[in-house]
Amino acid sequence: MTFLGWLTIFGFALILTALAMPLGRYMAAVYTGERTFLDPLFRTPERLLYKVMRVDPDRRQDWKGYAKSLIIFSLAGWLLLYFILRTQTLWDWTGLNPQHFHSGTWNVTFNTASSFMTNTNWQYYSGETTMSYFSQMAGLTVQNFLSAGVGIAVAVALIRGIIGRSGREIGNFWQDLVRTVLWVLTPIAFVVALVLVFQGSIQSFSHYLSVNTLTHLPQQIAMGPVASQEAIKELGTNGGRFFNTNSAHPFENPSGFTNLVEMLTVLIIPAALVFMYGRMAGNRRQGYAIYSTMMIMFLGAAIVAYVAEAHGSPAQHAAGLHTQVIAGSSGGNLEGKEQRFGIAGSALFDVVTTVTSCGAVNSAIESFTGIGGAVPFANLSASEVIFGGVGTGLYSILLYVLLAVFIGGLMVGRTPEYLGKKIEAREVKLIALGLLITPLTALFCTSLATASKAGRASISSAAAGSPQGFSETFYAYLSQANNNGSAFAGYTGYIQPNPGNLGAHGITFADILGGFDMMFARYAPILFALAVAGALAGKRVSPAGLGTMRTDNPTFVVLLIGVIVLVGALTFFPALLLGPIVQGLTTHLY
Amino acid sequence: MKRDIVTSAIGIVVLTLLCGILYPLVVTGISQVAFPGNANGQKIYVGGKLVGSKIIGQAFETQPTGKNGKPAVTSTGGPVLIPDPKYFQTRPSATGEPYTAGGTPDNAAGTTFSNLGPNNTATEQAIAGNIAAYLKLEQPYDPGLTAAKVPVDAANSSASGIDPDISVANADIQAHRVAAVRHLPMSTVMQLVSKYTHGRGIGFSGEPGVNVLQLNLALDRVTGGR
Repeated sequence: MTFLGWLTIFGFALILTALAMPLGRYMAAVYTGERTFLDPLFRTPERLLYKVMRVDPDRRQDWKGYAKSLIIFSLAGWLLLYFILRTQTLWDWTGLNPQHFHSGTWNVTFNTASSFMTNTNWQYYSGETTMSYFSQMAGLTVQNFLSAGVGIAVAVALIRGIIGRSGREIGNFWQDLVRTVLWVLTPIAFVVALVLVFQGSIQSFSHYLSVNTLTHLPQQIAMGPVASQEAIKELGTNGGRFFNTNSAHPFENPSGFTNLVEMLTVLIIPAALVFMYGRMAGNRRQGYAIYSTMMIMFLGAAIVAYVAEAHGSPAQHAAGLHTQVIAGSSGGNLEGKEQRFGIAGSALFDVVTTVTSCGAVNSAIESFTGIGGAVPFANLSASEVIFGGVGTGLYSILLYVLLAVFIGGLMVGRTPEYLGKKIEAREVKLIALGLLITPLTALFCTSLATASKAGRASISSAAAGSPQGFSETFYAYLSQANNNGSAFAGYTGYIQPNPGNLGAHGITFADILGGFDMMFARYAPILFALAVAGALAGKRVSPAGLGTMRTDNPTFVVLLIGVIVLVGALTFFPALLLGPIVQGLTTHLY
Repeated sequence: MKRDIVTSAIGIVVLTLLCGILYPLVVTGISQVAFPGNANGQKIYVGGKLVGSKIIGQAFETQPTGKNGKPAVTSTGGPVLIPDPKYFQTRPSATGEPYTAGGTPDNAAGTTFSNLGPNNTATEQAIAGNIAAYLKLEQPYDPGLTAAKVPVDAANSSASGIDPDISVANADIQAHRVAAVRHLPMSTVMQLVSKYTHGRGIGFSGEPGVNVLQLNLALDRVTGGR
């Protein structure tokens, strides 16, 4: 561990907060229809889009109407993406398939389409050996934008329900989607993409380069429109890699500086949404309380991961490698990590992308130490509420806030109220279901995959029969259920003898189970969140009295952390014991 | 319901044109005009021939000829590779053997992690193998070198498999060999090492690293390719 390593972690937290506050103010203006400085640029395209799409933006929707639009739109996105990937060769006329890759197999494409629609970006394929530039742009990049837009829309709708003063309406889905894409995602992605190219990322439609190296070995270098996808992949907390090694690839993430930029891009919207919530609720301290909760848990995770990775792994020590910091070397567990990021830059990136639903990696999570690898497990077990995905993080933690209010109310013996609205039996039922469905789905799929021969076929040969094999399986379904998409990458659902899909086949069991895992665990909680919004929207607001439990002070922050940890621990502890914790506690090699 | 279906169908097409075609094209256009070198992969040419990308690592190894007169291959079909002692060597790459059977190291068209777990015997064996290979190559020129002094980046496989950098400690050790093989004074080699060492992002983000391809090219220029 080094001073600069700690500075990386704490400096990052400071910069993030400084950037997220003004963005939160801006986004509050976007969703309440106030003027913003980008209005002159986007008002006309917005009106044009409504006209073409036949949307009446003034028509308010109740939660059922909102949910219906959202589901049907997502389905349309799924169908188009599935079609594009299955007919990859059909688009060769665009010139955007220079390597002449074949179309995807049905089972892996099913998994991929479900994955990108749900903002998961779990990938059983490897980008540079299967995807044409056309598929990456018109298929995958599009869902990077839209799945993020859908997530933010749900969060905004839930906020409207919580703060709504009358009626049952929670906004207009199409308006929220279009405004998110135009005012929030496109401008930031555009700037980040150009910064990345400026710092060394590529953005090119060239065929792969053929190199004759200094020692006259042939080397082929994969190319592509990388920066544009990299930017939205981080910004929309999607995480779907362009190249197989994701943000470890020098073209995706060329330097220590871009590593910082990408981490900030991942967390900026989830963090800003919290400040936006405080403003929209008319009480910024509500936002600060939630932000503090998230930040405390985030820093805790980052510290544990950094200490664990700096310590090194049992395999390193057994091989006689010394892992302490020496002059000119970072030391630590550098297996599966890049020199330019070092230990702190890799550990922090890992925490940033697993607390959110991003799931991008700049190092191999599977090669993290037992405890270092337990950190992403713990982050996922907390159901993505430590900042979380764009939108999903906020609406999930708001459900936890309501749950904490309910539990707090029980403890002090008063009717639980949040921002003046009574939390009653119907809401608590919806909240409990909304929060428990994701963990239940993850555990159900994990047990199915561990118990069946078809499921165990996906475990990598080196990990078979060891706790690592269980960790791989558990992480796969936990990550997919939480729509994260990071992986213990030895777990496979695609067998590919040669580049280009030809002669390749998917592992149907893993592909299909994973696909349903992602879709169910994404849309069921969305429906419950929207139902809660609908239930709260119509409630009368009673003035706060002396007996009202405050939700904007440190006591509540402690209560909220307690509830999140308790729910996560009770659900996942037995399973965590079997995998990462066992590995963290032993120096035994398997 | 019908209204939602119509709006969804039109919406997904229009938004695909906007986010999937227009946005990447505009970014490409601006990048190609403003940063053409970066956008096209920082290609390096020597004598008009493409020898690599500045930020993509390559294997500075040679493939000897086998008994049948063809380039030698291993039992699993990968190339037999021997480090070229006049060059600084990049980090172990998981795209090559022993990590990937039949693979080529630093394969930039099929990158992969090693995915070796922290408690696996396979990991220990891979690391021990890398340490042994490193000692075999460097010890003759740096007699004080022991396993305990091998920097982690020289023994652990990189994440991308094409890591362009090595640590400064690693470069300092290899400098003994390169200076001896090329008959250069140690100070000349060390000057070039520090010339191609990049610092941390804005002073604190990440680790310093030595760009191996640039360093080797500079050495070739100094000694005229020998």
